[in-house]
Amino acid sequence: MSPGPNSYYGPLDPAPDAGWSDAPPRMGFFTDTSVCIGCKACEVACKEWNDVPGSGLDLLGMSYDNTGALTANSWRHVAFVEQARPAGHRTPPFAGNPTGGSVSASSAAVAAGSGNPTGTDPGVPPGSPDAAARMAAGPSSDATPTAAGTQFLGMPGDGPPGRTGSAEGRTDFRWLMMSDVCKHCTHAACLDVCPTGSLFRTEFGTVVVQEDICNGCGYCISACPYGVIDQRKGDGRAWKCTLCYDRIGVGKTPACAQACPTESIQYGPLEELRERAAARMATLHDRGVPEARLYGHDPTDGVGGDGAFFLLLDDPEVYGLPPDPVVTTRDLPKMWKRAGLAALAMAAAAVAAFVGGSS
Amino acid sequence: MSDRPVGDRFRRFRDRLAGTAGGPDPTAGESHATSFRPDAPRSDAAAQAARLAPVPSGAPTQRRRGGRRGRGGEELTVPAAGFTSYYGRPVLKPPVWKWDIAAYLFTGGLAAGSSLLAAGGQFTGRPGLRRAGRLAALAAVGASTGFLIRDLGRPARFHHMLRVAKPTSPMSVGTWILAAFGPAAGVAAVAEAAPWLPEDGLPGLARRVLPPVGHAAGLAAAATAPALATYTGVLLADTAVPSWHEAYPELPVIFAGSALASGAGVGLLAAPLGQTGPARRMAVAGAALELYGSHRVETRLGLLSEPYRIGRAGRLLRAGRVLTAAGVAGALLGGRSRAVSALSGAALLAASVATRFGIFHGGVASARDPKYTVVPQRERLARRAAVQD
Repeated sequence: MSPGPNSYYGPLDPAPDAGWSDAPPRMGFFTDTSVCIGCKACEVACKEWNDVPGSGLDLLGMSYDNTGALTANSWRHVAFVEQARPAGHRTPPFAGNPTGGSVSASSAAVAAGSGNPTGTDPGVPPGSPDAAARMAAGPSSDATPTAAGTQFLGMPGDGPPGRTGSAEGRTDFRWLMMSDVCKHCTHAACLDVCPTGSLFRTEFGTVVVQEDICNGCGYCISACPYGVIDQRKGDGRAWKCTLCYDRIGVGKTPACAQACPTESIQYGPLEELRERAAARMATLHDRGVPEARLYGHDPTDGVGGDGAFFLLLDDPEVYGLPPDPVVTTRDLPKMWKRAGLAALAMAAAAVAAFVGGSS
Repeated sequence: MSDRPVGDRFRRFRDRLAGTAGGPDPTAGESHATSFRPDAPRSDAAAQAARLAPVPSGAPTQRRRGGRRGRGGEELTVPAAGFTSYYGRPVLKPPVWKWDIAAYLFTGGLAAGSSLLAAGGQFTGRPGLRRAGRLAALAAVGASTGFLIRDLGRPARFHHMLRVAKPTSPMSVGTWILAAFGPAAGVAAVAEAAPWLPEDGLPGLARRVLPPVGHAAGLAAAATAPALATYTGVLLADTAVPSWHEAYPELPVIFAGSALASGAGVGLLAAPLGQTGPARRMAVAGAALELYGSHRVETRLGLLSEPYRIGRAGRLLRAGRVLTAAGVAGALLGGRSRAVSALSGAALLAASVATRFGIFHGGVASARDPKYTVVPQRERLARRAAVQD
């Protein structure tokens, strides 16, 4: 089959492009972070259903997030962000309550250097202390900094926000929670670069690793623009979310969406989810949450739209997502052309070295 | 991790935190204490008390840069970027490739450069160059295969690479290039054994057949060699690693130059003095390509050039430049001395190693810091918004 005009970049229905005839509608996730309560049921359900090994027990100094990142052993990851700003339009829920962020700039800087032994490679790599300190100090332009110098106790505070700190240091407070997952990109770099054909496109338009084929070359890990796929130590192979290929094949809902108690994780045909997400965003804007935005919903973005997309309440990078990901294979034709030119130059130089001299 | 007592990690964390608050922590490689203890909390508190806008997000970083300069470290010309991130953690997963892959970049290039040298020697009647080139090519391509297989998470499944041929996967393309180059280089090197075979019987037949077969194989290897030397540039560039991806126009140039220079190095080291003329010219051409390419990646990419100038990558690339210059100077001026020729050949080989590891580590460093992911993407969004307005 010859590649279509948008096979490397641009809007596309991936399953027919990958050669599926009579493909069912493309399925995906819409994760509405505005109703996420951070219960981590998705993380647990995913581990239970997919038999994903434990990822170690640790305290990362990142609010209630002790998972750290998506890894080969964590296919859902709930991010927690504490911000000293009003939660939405109304009377801020903690207005008048003494609050304080649980993480000071200095403790965040130290915490960024801690690595979680997840049993995977690279797992949760240590971060940049500068950037962590900036985040704890209130990075957003319209945010007030949290109380600095709060002592880090290894836990995000010993009580809920609003019970700590002093009356003088009152701030508004909001908590962002977001269940992250593999994006199942329309143009999936991991799949494009896989040299064994282990990663493949399913009839549902999702991207799955075949564990009996993967030889652990690690190329997909460097290629993913979201830092999702990861290598399991000891095992050596790459692992990530399969969008529960085994469940959706028999008409069931993926484990995480099934377990989500607030329907923050919604599963369904992607077209329908996109409509639902647009409606939800309009509702939130009406209700005075202008910061609500969709992420990964746009089929014209750098990866051709995500099969798993999100409604966020702040910039993507606040949640650890890249603000403008682009599939690396977009530039691959240009790269091969440059390599061809360099190869010609090399051959010419070698010929000239032998022909163009007297000795 | 299960044999650690409960709470051990937290205790270590608390100790580190206490160390940070009390003064520079001698165990930390780079002291963060100077930037955060006096500056960030105090200014935050002041801002909070006054109900003012938050601290400019870049401020602590800038102060830290100043401190670093004061300590005689490296000077950064790119201004400290104020950007947001999730607890400072990297957005991307840094490559899991270990040093084997950087070493393979060198040996693959060495194999390619040597086989070109051998083919040149074969055509122009320089048996010394031919022999040295063919043997070095076989050794290097053998080492390459070893490095590549060793780096796999599942080495026993290396042959799964041969299930498919995918132009979208530079690693798949490279596998097939290596599969074509390796046997050709092997046959060409084995053919060098012909003079040692007895003259009669079956070995005698081999003695007569091997040289022409070796010539054909050497030609085949040389024809594949430029592809072998330059595809690795695409291999690194076709990733989300910011400093590799954005350097895609230069990486194949650097690698082609480095391959030529290392092949020339083999000639200077191993061939008789009278036959090394072409190797000297090859060294000059290779060094020129390599220096041009690495100068471009160190200056053209803005913020994404930074990882190539600082830290380990910066040191390696600077060492590579010095060694290249020394090697070329020796190759040009030491034409009458066996020792100088050999030394300059060794310098060229070492330069190639340093350059490959430098490029490798520069990319890894760019994936480890969220700055290199977030800031360029934010700038791209801003440019797009400006166009739309």
